[in-house]
Amino acid sequence: MNVGNLNPDTFAQTLASTGITVRCGPFVTRIISELPELTAPIQLLYSEFPIIEDSLVDFHVRVKAKSGLSHRLRSHITFTLDREEAFFPFHRSLALPLFEWGMNWCVYGNAHQFEMIHGAAVQRGKQTLMMPGVSGAGKSTLCAALVSRGWRLLSDELAIWRPGEDVILPLARPISLKNYSIELMKSFAPNETFGPYFGNTAKGALAHMRAPRESVRKMDEPSAPTHIIFPRYTAGSGPELEAVSKRDAFVRLSEYALNYPVHGKEGFNSLVDMIEKCDCYDFRYSILDDAIRAFDELS
Amino acid sequence: MNYPKSQDRTKAGRALATSQTLLTALKTPHRVTEFSLDEWSLLIRQAQRTKLLSRIAEQSKEHGTFDQLPFKVADTLQGALYMGSNNRRMIDWEIKSIQRALVEVDTPIVLLKGGAYVVAGLPAANGRIANDIDIMVPEPKLLAVEAALLAQGWSEIKFSDYDQRYYRKWSHELPPLRHEMRKTVVDVHHTILPRTSRLKPDTDKLWQHAVDVPGTGVKTLGPQDMVLHSSAHLFQDGEVSFAIRDLVDLVDLLRHFGAEPGFWDGLVDRAYEHQLQRPLYYTLRYGQMLLDLEVPDVAAQAIAAAAPAKPLANMMDRIMPRVLLPDDPNMPSITRGHAASLLYLRSHWLRMPPWLLAGHLTTKAVMQLYASYLQWREEEELEEEDTEEEEAY
Repeated sequence: MNVGNLNPDTFAQTLASTGITVRCGPFVTRIISELPELTAPIQLLYSEFPIIEDSLVDFHVRVKAKSGLSHRLRSHITFTLDREEAFFPFHRSLALPLFEWGMNWCVYGNAHQFEMIHGAAVQRGKQTLMMPGVSGAGKSTLCAALVSRGWRLLSDELAIWRPGEDVILPLARPISLKNYSIELMKSFAPNETFGPYFGNTAKGALAHMRAPRESVRKMDEPSAPTHIIFPRYTAGSGPELEAVSKRDAFVRLSEYALNYPVHGKEGFNSLVDMIEKCDCYDFRYSILDDAIRAFDELS
Repeated sequence: MNYPKSQDRTKAGRALATSQTLLTALKTPHRVTEFSLDEWSLLIRQAQRTKLLSRIAEQSKEHGTFDQLPFKVADTLQGALYMGSNNRRMIDWEIKSIQRALVEVDTPIVLLKGGAYVVAGLPAANGRIANDIDIMVPEPKLLAVEAALLAQGWSEIKFSDYDQRYYRKWSHELPPLRHEMRKTVVDVHHTILPRTSRLKPDTDKLWQHAVDVPGTGVKTLGPQDMVLHSSAHLFQDGEVSFAIRDLVDLVDLLRHFGAEPGFWDGLVDRAYEHQLQRPLYYTLRYGQMLLDLEVPDVAAQAIAAAAPAKPLANMMDRIMPRVLLPDDPNMPSITRGHAASLLYLRSHWLRMPPWLLAGHLTTKAVMQLYASYLQWREEEELEEEDTEEEEAY
């Protein structure tokens, strides 16, 4: 039974009462929310994910209105993980962005059985690309473009693996797009499914692109990265792949590591092993089609 | 959710039912292989709430049960293991950094609490997660220590001016100092309870019995003093809510040091010397009640005199376990919250100097406290009824 199979009213009712338990890759999250503005977007963007019973739940999550006044008047909402608030309260018009940021936060704040890089990961055939980068460098846009052209989505935000293993575990959660990228992706990939548009978040405009069904179906197929690519959207630039030494790649990659110190020497060795097996590049681009072609030619 | 039904028909006993799995894991680690997935689910959440998950993970490794656990349980515990060893590494590093910073000051340094457990390699250090380092230096060295730390990367955490004055004047410490780069915090003490506290541990005696930790250049308190300090910190000075881990540490210390001859013999007397017999009483009582601590008869008899009057003792027996322990994360207990508030008030009460206290001890205040207690008892009865209905669901 997938999230999308439930009758919308049933979904809303269950979400508001006992909660919906969903698995994204290795993480099982039980979500409870009575906010009507959250129900439809979650059911849309997570439609392919299985609903889980009888599993240990990793994250018990709630998105709800701040207590106090009557339900309809409450204008601010919170995201709590096991009843501890993750962020300051948001306005309820930003329920979905809060939910998505919260879901990310659950992982990078808690899942320390994994090493985690802030970055995207995609796979096609024998190539698995890890693309480290913070928001604004273009990694999510590039990731969305690749995914709409046949690459499998592992993650747009969190590349995770267990120390000592060399495979990245997929999460396949919705890809977040900002500002100009939103319109760009809607015309680049009109057949993909997009969530609602939010015009005024702290980071500008925001919308989400649903992961393709195949990516979600294969969320239990990890894969070992073959390339580490540092993407940078550069206006007017043709596609340029420039090799980066493994030593430099290590330093730069560790800057995007979210929990690097936690694993001590084991984490260091694991990162080194991963990089040794990868070709590392800087990638500058301005036109998505160029980027797609350049990546098609990666060997 | 099916909780094991408590055989103990007292209110405290029934209230502890939701903590049974956690207590079982702590008391008899080898039995974790018996837990169902539901029980593990509850245990993990409660252990996370009380910062005990790393410890439970380490115990699982030690007792060889780790490989028999369901995959997701082991995976979660693995994360906690990494956090535990990382924390330990961080504390080691902090201690060395502090020593380096103070090398010119020429002061003895006593590590307190978690720092002491780590540097002395005590069992209580295993799987412990702590954020601050607490050190004790002689009072005359306090300002020089502060100056050295401030000069080498630490800075005062920004409090209001009023709080700053409170710390310096009334408390027993400098304001906590945070390292600007590492974000770690050091608390510098010159005694072990607030200056304003009505209990006055004998600081000179603490120094007399302080022990050098070989090969480190720092000291810890003597074993008995360490136990008394941790007892005072838990039951006199600090935040009791969800603090079961501090009691676990104390039981670890008592078992570890208790194996040495002479430890138990002088412990109660030592407590009286420091005026810390009441916190020791609570440590032994709740250590026994919740964690099966074995107290030698001689010590048990000697500490009995330190118990509070019957009504207070009964009230504490009902409240303290519930406040120390976590409740059901699915159904947080309101009455537990009230009980925690009562004890929080108590700890502030205990911090006030007698003359301030006299000003507060109006009849009205006393009546209000008593009314809160009665209301708490009434709500507890109602909640028991609700719980029984809910268990049917």
